[in-house]
Amino acid sequence: MFDAPATSRKLVEIRDLKMHFPIYKGVFRTRAGAVKAVDGVSFDIYEGETLGLVGESGCGKSTCGRAILRLYDITEGSILMDGVEIGPTPQARLRGMRPKMQMVFQDPQASLNPRMTVQAIIQEPLDEHTTLSAAEKREKVLELMDAVGLNRRFAGRYPHAFSGGQRQRIGIARALALNPRFIVCDEPIAALDVSIQAQVVNLLEDLQRDFGLTYLFISHDLSMVRHIATRVAVMYLGKVVELAGREPLYAEPLHPYTQALLSAVPEADPAMHDDARRIILRGDVPSPANPPQGCNFCTRCPRVMEICRQIDPEYRELRPGRFVACHLYNDDPTTAGATAAPSEATEPQQGE
Amino acid sequence: MLTYVIRRLLMAIPTLIFISLIIFLLLDLAPGDPTSQLPLTIPDEVRQQIRESLGLGQPVHIRYWKWLTQMVYYEPAYYLSQATGWFDPPEVARMLSWQTRAPVMDIILERLPQTLRVVGLAYVVGVLIALPIGIISAYRQYSVFDQAGTFVSMIGYSIPPFFSGVLMIVIFSVGMPRDSFWWFPSVYDTTLKVVDWETFWKQVRQMVLPVMVLALQTTAQISRFMRASMLDNLGQDYVRTARAKGLTESVVVMKHVLRNSMIPVVTVIALGVPAIFGGAIITEQIFKVNGIGQFLIISIQASDVPSVQTLTFIFAVLIVLFNLIADVLYGILDPRIRYD
Repeated sequence: MFDAPATSRKLVEIRDLKMHFPIYKGVFRTRAGAVKAVDGVSFDIYEGETLGLVGESGCGKSTCGRAILRLYDITEGSILMDGVEIGPTPQARLRGMRPKMQMVFQDPQASLNPRMTVQAIIQEPLDEHTTLSAAEKREKVLELMDAVGLNRRFAGRYPHAFSGGQRQRIGIARALALNPRFIVCDEPIAALDVSIQAQVVNLLEDLQRDFGLTYLFISHDLSMVRHIATRVAVMYLGKVVELAGREPLYAEPLHPYTQALLSAVPEADPAMHDDARRIILRGDVPSPANPPQGCNFCTRCPRVMEICRQIDPEYRELRPGRFVACHLYNDDPTTAGATAAPSEATEPQQGE
Repeated sequence: MLTYVIRRLLMAIPTLIFISLIIFLLLDLAPGDPTSQLPLTIPDEVRQQIRESLGLGQPVHIRYWKWLTQMVYYEPAYYLSQATGWFDPPEVARMLSWQTRAPVMDIILERLPQTLRVVGLAYVVGVLIALPIGIISAYRQYSVFDQAGTFVSMIGYSIPPFFSGVLMIVIFSVGMPRDSFWWFPSVYDTTLKVVDWETFWKQVRQMVLPVMVLALQTTAQISRFMRASMLDNLGQDYVRTARAKGLTESVVVMKHVLRNSMIPVVTVIALGVPAIFGGAIITEQIFKVNGIGQFLIISIQASDVPSVQTLTFIFAVLIVLFNLIADVLYGILDPRIRYD
């Protein structure tokens, strides 16, 4: 790992991250359980890459992204941000580290303060974390607006005067203000229409190239993730079930859930569309407050086995850079060695 | 904004004329007789003469017109001429109260300071207490502080002033020893003139009980509004954005959450202001404050129709005016709202 190229240095290392939200019930508001939104997630994010995080609604993608940035006080686990452990750090101490890690939020309408002008929104992080003069800050704001393709003349306007795509640009400029290294993009395009989605994704790619950014790109749009991501992690009910480079994952999905998910992507070609073999999952996602015993996916898995209902499959590296949590691959003798090996002792697979 | 205000003011004219008509007709239809308070020995013919001398013999539309012109034109003209001396006062008799035979407007202006001092101060105190309570209650939702605030608000909402006022008197005027610091007078002395520190202190002390009773109600209302509004905004996405920017918690709460939360609260506060001028009918009675509220109730009891009509109409004007002010404030505070 020490002789790994500089471009693939680990920027973020997440180990066994858990984010449980307590449920209070009854007359005395006693704790009755917890919604296990993120339940033991481990992965690394390499410098300069885009890690796509996909999964259906409610699987814990957004919670995972926010927990990594410590917008929540996490239940358990370790987050190494550029070599610094921020898992248990109190919020007050995290403030100083916020410039390095930023987030682009899902809803560009709600995530901007309606009573602040664009200028004030983008400038506020500069007020808080830098000692620039007023003129320098103003200039920096205008530069950022240029960088995200917003007209400088709009600096004095309020967010409601902008369209959805423009608002998302404001959100991106705001995230960029402090020269972050790591940005969590929490479904940045989900609230935008398709023509604008492409613009925003292209903008994110351009900015990544220009500023050397690292993204965690959370989305449920599989084709968009395929376009932007270097590696892709698939989440189901609070856990990562599969993580691989983009090409191997889309070419040969291993986990039955990934297979079902990819088979659901619409096929544009009518001929191909007709003999597309869809894997239709039956039933609903179990409640994250009460996940099934064994594998979380066992209630809906088309290839479920007896062992799946009893033992939770280990998340392990099947091949270099290819992680999966499924019993189907556990008896494979060729991977027995990989099972035992600690997961961090491997080269990242860039997938291309 | 200016054109909007002018348009609203113009629209207020037909509204107020309509309100004045309703007020006039309602009071005209109401039972009661200005001579009912007079001794029973007065014969009916004399009573009839008294009624006619008060102008009651004329048809209703004539009386309405006379009252309306008197109130919106002659009375203001009279005060304007008194104040500036630019022109002679109009040569029309003043509108007189049927019970005191003094000009109605003079009585109102005499009593207004008492009401503004007591009820107005209670409003200010109530708002000043309510805002921090609402903010802290929301920020520490379901904490002990919040629960206590909810309890106090519930009391403020549910206990009427005729109970809480008497309770205060029992505790602070009757129960307390006379020489204790915690003894407060139960009777508001309107004749007291503040000339030095001693009389000022006396004035403060005699205001304590009525202000407390009234402020409890204001606090209950406004703190609930503030709390609800804060909670509404604390859960908003832009608050998470502000935290992600790495701002200190105080900046997040005071700048982002509070400023947005104040929009509806300011409106509610503005809409409550006309009620100050209306006085507090019950509280003023209990503590013997000779204010507007008390004037209204004795006028009603004496069938003093001109006074009741005038007071009610002034309230209507104030309510229309402060509705406009609340709307304008809303436009100033919330950039999403444009009046053009």
